[in-house]
Amino acid sequence: MTGPVIGVLALQGDVREHLAAFERCGARATAVRLAAELDAVDGLAIPGGESTTMSRLLGVFGLQEPLRRRLDQGLPCLATCAGMILLSREVRDGRADQVALGALPITVRRNGYGRQNESFEADLAIPRLGPEPFRGVFIRAPVVEAAAPEVDVLALHDGHPVAVAYGGHVATAFHPEMTRDDRLHRLFLERVAGRVRAA
Amino acid sequence: MEHNGSGEQPPEPEGRATGGLRVKRGLAEMLKGGVIMDVVTAEQARIAEDAGAVAVMALERVPADIRREGGVARMSEVSLIKEIMAAVTIPVMAKARIGHFTEAQVLQALGIDYIDESEVLTPADEEHHIDKWAFTAPFVCGARDLGEALRRIGEGAAMIRTKGEAGTGNVVEAVRHMRAVCGGIRHLQSLRRDELMAEAKRLQAPFELVLEVAETGRLPVVNFSAGGIATPADAALMMQLGAEGNFVGSGIFKSEDPSRYAKAIVAATTYYDKPELVAEVSAGLGRAMRGLDVATLPREELLAARGW
Repeated sequence: MTGPVIGVLALQGDVREHLAAFERCGARATAVRLAAELDAVDGLAIPGGESTTMSRLLGVFGLQEPLRRRLDQGLPCLATCAGMILLSREVRDGRADQVALGALPITVRRNGYGRQNESFEADLAIPRLGPEPFRGVFIRAPVVEAAAPEVDVLALHDGHPVAVAYGGHVATAFHPEMTRDDRLHRLFLERVAGRVRAA
Repeated sequence: MEHNGSGEQPPEPEGRATGGLRVKRGLAEMLKGGVIMDVVTAEQARIAEDAGAVAVMALERVPADIRREGGVARMSEVSLIKEIMAAVTIPVMAKARIGHFTEAQVLQALGIDYIDESEVLTPADEEHHIDKWAFTAPFVCGARDLGEALRRIGEGAAMIRTKGEAGTGNVVEAVRHMRAVCGGIRHLQSLRRDELMAEAKRLQAPFELVLEVAETGRLPVVNFSAGGIATPADAALMMQLGAEGNFVGSGIFKSEDPSRYAKAIVAATTYYDKPELVAEVSAGLGRAMRGLDVATLPREELLAARGW
């Protein structure tokens, strides 16, 4: 089988759910914990989890600089919740040493919706994906407080963008990998395929 | 509203639902591959967060001290929990006594992120565990085998941790319990469907959950290891045995250099199947906590035997 290989950053978090979603879409997906594994992928999913923990682990065995280099070269990312925080340009209410990879020109506030008692589910309208609403699962989710004009807002909730696209990236404040709805994973795979063809 | 983004903006839907099963179980899914650390002060909580903990467990005394000092161990003092919640940005968990549902109500009112109905504290009820469905806050519960795990899930636990023997720095019970849970799951998968009711009876577990586990090959909730993990190699061992993450109690703040120990255990939990990397983070750590031989402990001092 040929076709793009999707990595799932597997430092911590809901890695298995992303791998399963890509598998359901018929894509090849593999866990990435080391720089050498990052070299072999055409797209990267950064899962939900704790962004502070992933920030630290990016540094332990030298993954951060190779990841920044791949992002500079246009590596497309599907970034959910903690992944969206890591990929963003500016993080509010984060830790001083928190990694913001800067590939996505948005400003997020960590835990912007509150603690676990404010975690919620809601139906989201995402016209790009068709009329069927998308069940958004928000867990201690970040709030997108600002987005550059060139960022494509795919969905809003409570006046804030909760799903965005920019370049090859798709990012969500919620967890599409926690539902059986793979439409956002497919949207991301289309973008990856477009880039692989163009290259 | 500060953001602008693209000109064409989709319409906004109405309504949100909090406290549902998926967000309760979902938070545990987000902690997978991580280390949850026991802390007794805000300062320790900050050290844990700095080291890469995915969450902290707020308690008054670590299990090793509870074991040494004796007395009744209860839910932590409320102002201490609040201080710890204010000190870190990661999720904060806290323990309630087995069956003490008003301690759990207080923790929920405080906005704690996860409640541990824990055998490390002195049980308040020797027969009944808390009805965890009655809460919007998620619960984690201890288990020694598959039947106990499924009973707790049947009561509404959104996360399981194997019990191990807390405060000993001895991983032997953690290994026993993880093997029992994972082996129990493999055994279920080997049975015919018409054998599952008898197996549910033997396990003393809800039939529907037995069916589900036989079908999926895993618990319907995340399963961490706990109780006796003291070194990076211990953490890696539990992950190789099937844990989805580790709780580390006394092992960190009873070691010679807690910050370095914490960082090493976090890295070993992520790179659990890469021995050369576990070796690298294990070098020069200083002394681990002093351990206890579980076999020499009198039966009445075993914490894992609390709850059923």
